[in-house]
Amino acid sequence: MDSRTNIGRVRGLGSAKHGGEHWLKQRLTAVGNVLLTTWFVLSLFMIPSFEHGPLAQWLAQPLVAVPMILMIANIFSHVKLGLQVLIEDYVHDEGLKFASMTLLNFYVIASAVFGIFVVAKLAFTGAPA
Amino acid sequence: MAKNPNRPLSPHLQVYRWSPQMAVSIFHRATGFVLATAGMMTLLWWLSAIGGGAESYATFVKYVVSAGADGSGVQIASNWFFRLVALAVTFSFFQHLASGLRHLVLDIGAGYELKTNRTWASVAFVAAFFATAFVALFVASRFIGVL
Repeated sequence: MDSRTNIGRVRGLGSAKHGGEHWLKQRLTAVGNVLLTTWFVLSLFMIPSFEHGPLAQWLAQPLVAVPMILMIANIFSHVKLGLQVLIEDYVHDEGLKFASMTLLNFYVIASAVFGIFVVAKLAFTGAPA
Repeated sequence: MAKNPNRPLSPHLQVYRWSPQMAVSIFHRATGFVLATAGMMTLLWWLSAIGGGAESYATFVKYVVSAGADGSGVQIASNWFFRLVALAVTFSFFQHLASGLRHLVLDIGAGYELKTNRTWASVAFVAAFFATAFVALFVASRFIGVL
């Protein structure tokens, strides 16, 4: 411990060099989302049947399962970055902010892993009866 | 230090007249939240119902799409709830997409002239409204049997 003030301790050290990372990742995942969700919405319009059998066959194809997995991963990283900003801007209590941020991380990681697992299982093992 | 409640505060949201630029900004956050929660949870339910087999998909259809002639009261109520969710998520998707594209243009430093900025903020709302109307009419005619 030294007796300097907080500002005195950091003055002259320069930036932490992490300032642009969150901002840039948010834009990169946004561009990815434009491409992947456009693919998804067009697919929804072109799927011939919404019965279970044809849908499961559709989702199990490599050229559907792969972009679907990419879309789930990309959307949830974008969700993490975006909702983090909402929490930072609107939750002012430090304890509540910490709890919200923890819950947000649980939410995005659990959801993304669940979605990817569901699609991968169907693609690898085929549709159940 | 005791705070004096009579101290003057700097002007905040309530003193400004609403403009499209302000509205599109807060709508970007609100629609992002709707997509991240209601949108993604419904998508994951749909995917896992497909992966779970015919029976699990039938349950999804009964609660979300159509309860059918022998549907229970809860399922019919759930259908209407999900029709509202679908409308909100569809509008949120197009609104977030349109204002997100606007943000990408602003990020490269273009579109800050007052008139241009205002125009494209309005365009985001108009585009989202018409795209939502198109999808709603399409779904109503093809899947719900209305129209």
